[in-house]
Amino acid sequence: MHELSIVSSIVDSVTESLARYPGARVIGVRLRVGALAAVIEDSLQFCYGIATDGTPLAGSTLVVKTLPVVVHCSRCNVDGAIESVQSFRCPHCGELAMDVRQGREMEIEAIEIEEAEVDA
Amino acid sequence: MTTRIVELRRGILKKNDELAAGLRDRFTAANVLVLNLVSSPGTGKTAFLERTLRELLAQGSLAAALVGDLETDNDARRLAASGAPVRQINTHGICHLEAEMVGKHLDGWELAALDYLFIENVGNLVCPSSYDLGEKIRVALLSVTEGEDKPLKYPTLFNSADAAVITKMDIAEAVGFDREAALRNINEIRPGMRIFETSAKTGAGLAEWLGYLQEQRANQAGS
Ligand SMILES: Nc1nc2c(ncn2[C@@H]2O[C@H](COP(=O)(O)OP(=O)(O)OP(=O)(O)O)[C@@H](O)[C@H]2O)c(=O)[nH]1
Ligand SMILES: [Mg+2]
Repeated sequence: MHELSIVSSIVDSVTESLARYPGARVIGVRLRVGALAAVIEDSLQFCYGIATDGTPLAGSTLVVKTLPVVVHCSRCNVDGAIESVQSFRCPHCGELAMDVRQGREMEIEAIEIEEAEVDA
Repeated sequence: MTTRIVELRRGILKKNDELAAGLRDRFTAANVLVLNLVSSPGTGKTAFLERTLRELLAQGSLAAALVGDLETDNDARRLAASGAPVRQINTHGICHLEAEMVGKHLDGWELAALDYLFIENVGNLVCPSSYDLGEKIRVALLSVTEGEDKPLKYPTLFNSADAAVITKMDIAEAVGFDREAALRNINEIRPGMRIFETSAKTGAGLAEWLGYLQEQRANQAGS
């Protein structure tokens, strides 16, 4: 269970980027997480509420977009999403494929913020 | 109030990744081959490492080890008996090692004097896979008693590994280990990965493993 450390890193990262938007409140955080990233969304959501409490992220929603695992097949010379993470094979020809092109991502794609009105 | 979307495109574990990249540069500059050993609790990481350290020292190589453990220093004491420099990293409940912990425990060690540095991770097949420690080679260990389908259950870890070590081969027959199935499953998750079939008890497979270490170190020096 390392989801709590992951969520803490998200809070630190987002808080840091908020420095450029004084007074802003975070409404939502969008993640891109590869299917190979070993992160469980339910655990992330569970930890998110706890870890954001008392931070500028409190009350915001966490949206997790899962990315399929894409391998490059050297025989077909194309990229393709594998059907299951139990078998790293080219979806076209069935050859074993060791070149993983997508699926390990763990990134904050964007945040949605509400900015304070600036007095004229 | 106005709302807006701010694109960040930032790795969640960016801080760890940056620290790991810094460590990797240091290790390369010092020409020390660094290996990160990952497995379930009790697979035999410490036993395998004890044997590896002994053999390396006997052949005149200089090897050191860092060992992660939730609370105790038992593994560090076992490893230190080999005569190699060993340091314990107590993670105090954290289920994996992070680059920062590794960095902190290198203070005072002259890396350039070492040929090999082994890092025994906390016994866990999930969390360590996300944390780069700056290693050159990640080794996934699997014992003959824990099920041939482990690689299928933990594809993230096995797919991120560079080499696999099957441990406790001395009891393979007694526990009905299905060797073909284990090799097939590892290959299905990480096609072409080198696999070593070993026993820390009898020393089986150690010669091949030591040959691999030597070869990898030569590669690193040449690159
Ligand atoms: N028969 C046999 N038993 C082994 C072998 N290697 C380890 N063991 C036994 O397996 C048990 C666990 O070994 P350790 O080396 O402590 O395993 P570990 O992976 O370091 O365990 P953690 O650090 O707790 O995750 C011990 O009782 C060892 O004696 C082996 O090659 N053969
Ligand atoms: Mg151990």
